[in-house]
Amino acid sequence: MAALRVSCGAAASYRLFLGGRVSSARGQGLWKAAAAKLQRSPGCQILRLRHTTVVTTRKNVAALRRETYTVDFIKKQIEEFNIGKRHLANMMGEDPETFTQEDIDRAIAYLFPSGLFEKRARPIMKHPEEIFPKQRAIQWGEDGRPFHFLFYTGRQSYYSLMHEAYGKLLDVENRQDQLRAKGLFSEKTKARDPIGSRWLIKEELEEMLVEKLSDQDYAQFIRLLERLSALPCDAAEEEFVGRFRRSVTIQSKKQLIEPLQYDEKGMAFSTGQGNRKTAKAKVAVYDHGSGRIEVNGVDYLLYFPVTQDREQLMFPFHFLDRLGEHDVTCTVSGGGRAAQAGAIRLATARALCSFVTEDEVEWMRQAGLLTADPRVRERKKPGQEGARRKFTWKKR
Amino acid sequence: MTFELDPGRFLHIGTQAPQCLAAHLDNQVATESPRAISRTSENDPAKHGEQHEGQHYNISFQDLKTVFSHGLPPRFVMQVKTFNEACLMVRRPALELLHYLKNTNFAHPAVRYVFYGEKGTGKTLSLCHSIHFCAKQDWLILHIPDAHLWVKNCRDLLQSTYNKQRFDQPLEASTWLKNFKTANEHFLSQIKVQEKYVWNKRESTEKGSPLGEVVEQGIMRVRNATDAVGIVLKELKRQSSSGIFRLLVAVDGVNALWGRTTLKREDKSPIAPEELAFIYNLRKMVKNDWQGGAIVLTVSQTGSLFKPRKAYLPQELLGKEGFDALDPFIPILVSNYNPKEFESCIHYYLENNWLQHEKAHTEEGKKELLFLSNRNPGQLERLCAYL
Repeated sequence: MAALRVSCGAAASYRLFLGGRVSSARGQGLWKAAAAKLQRSPGCQILRLRHTTVVTTRKNVAALRRETYTVDFIKKQIEEFNIGKRHLANMMGEDPETFTQEDIDRAIAYLFPSGLFEKRARPIMKHPEEIFPKQRAIQWGEDGRPFHFLFYTGRQSYYSLMHEAYGKLLDVENRQDQLRAKGLFSEKTKARDPIGSRWLIKEELEEMLVEKLSDQDYAQFIRLLERLSALPCDAAEEEFVGRFRRSVTIQSKKQLIEPLQYDEKGMAFSTGQGNRKTAKAKVAVYDHGSGRIEVNGVDYLLYFPVTQDREQLMFPFHFLDRLGEHDVTCTVSGGGRAAQAGAIRLATARALCSFVTEDEVEWMRQAGLLTADPRVRERKKPGQEGARRKFTWKKR
Repeated sequence: MTFELDPGRFLHIGTQAPQCLAAHLDNQVATESPRAISRTSENDPAKHGEQHEGQHYNISFQDLKTVFSHGLPPRFVMQVKTFNEACLMVRRPALELLHYLKNTNFAHPAVRYVFYGEKGTGKTLSLCHSIHFCAKQDWLILHIPDAHLWVKNCRDLLQSTYNKQRFDQPLEASTWLKNFKTANEHFLSQIKVQEKYVWNKRESTEKGSPLGEVVEQGIMRVRNATDAVGIVLKELKRQSSSGIFRLLVAVDGVNALWGRTTLKREDKSPIAPEELAFIYNLRKMVKNDWQGGAIVLTVSQTGSLFKPRKAYLPQELLGKEGFDALDPFIPILVSNYNPKEFESCIHYYLENNWLQHEKAHTEEGKKELLFLSNRNPGQLERLCAYL
């Protein structure tokens, strides 16, 4: 009996593949043992369950209530996941001890190749923490008395967090007062680097606390944290604040800047490529030119009779104030007239990066000159006349 | 470079210094006010020289009404109406042609000059410049504003009265005769017809009567207009060699004469250009078997039929037949503005308060316009036009 566990998507339902479908000879013994163990464990709901559709005529209230996962259930899922991970490692011939999540993903993609476009619809195998939404354990004991002292506020985690943060703030201020009293107070304020990290967003905080928050609550919390971080803090407080910050990758570092190349005459030039819809363009920008642009061997005035296209070509140069200084030779194919113009614009912007300082590259990126336009033609769907347009609705 | 002045043509030099002091004049021009960059006060095309290159000169309203009643491109006419003045830029191709015209030997057969170039570079206006020069020199101007108009979009085609195989175009012919009359009023009484022409049972023109009568006949009897045009062309060609007058044949879009037409007979079969009486006569006119004048032509793709957009060379636009018919000719390339001319054009627009954008005065604005139009006069005009 195979005990390979695969979960699909973030849905709450789960499936078990029964039957000897997995045809790997290795580890059969292990599997049998594991399956037998599963079979023998009492209260095991897994074996018999098949995914059945409940056909009701009335609204199924029970089904609509959010499925609650008990703590035991989650624990069992985690165990099964770990066992399944080891089986998978065995199947792939890797070492089960050092089998990471990326390896799991790769193995699943190999074993279950899927042609679906939506990445979230493909088979995945992840730790149950990531699949099942976090739910709160029962908050009160057998006598009905809640565990947390702030339970009756309704939002115990949020208020306890605020309480903790404010406590820390008071501690810091007390410490400061004491130092000032002793005269050892030094005005050092080390500024935490604001760039490179950001506060948690509201959704992330909600996920962390497993509670619904309102905008005002969130704003209040962030203000408190800012106040705390403005004061000179200890390592403990730093670590507390650090829990609520996420790092932000600096976008501009991703842009590769090609070095300048020199052709046989000694002229500096730089190449770039660009795409837009189906058009592809390759561009060579030469230095010390006179603003001449040649597209597929033809002057750009003849190739793009429409002014809008020429304005697109002008944009990178105009932005960098280098209108008459470069010569451009480019080849472009595919697409239509505006797509070709957009492709050449992207390619020239990328080529110009080599001629220009890092700041100006960052400005270009913020202006949107270096981003490839992801819009493509949407497919026509059956039952509709076009991508969005429906057939004329006739009443009868 | 000095121009050889034809004796008896230029009676007075004018207010400006003589042309041999061209270099000195350049300095003078530079130190004068900025107005002098784009304009010149020399309004006689005969005196235009290299020092005027890039500058605009004024055409008087009188000349506009007579000489250019039908010759100017429509966008230029709109610009004239807006600015309330007609200013034409002096450019190198036109200057070259004027130089040739000034030095023509009228005993030799008429020389053909062909302006060619990309779309919007200024061929038609260079042609108009040379027509203005000839008009001032008192030549007889035979100007066909756009030969393409004759080979397309003709509503009424009549079978020719003169020759059964050919077709007449009464409306276009009568309009052209009217314009021709306004342009060359004073010549029409001087030139005498050398043959008798019978129009129909009741009307005929006697030998020795002035050409004006033929023109009147054509205007009044629209049915015979095309034949009247044919007669005018024949007589002018015959008599220009005699030396009474100089004849300038100016045709814009001459590649229409040898291309294809979009006109069809009643049975939907296409008509070749030579089956149109007007085209047939015009072809005879453009042949260089007569003396006493010059033939100035333009080839243009803009109105042409069945020619690719990128074609601009005479060989491509005229086709084999046309090229052989026109061979030999002197080709003159009309290209985009050079930087000086571009500056001058921008100045002209700024002076007339035509460019209202605040950046138009600055260097960046000029660079933008330069880039967007690539120094093409037509494109620049369209860019600067109203929305």
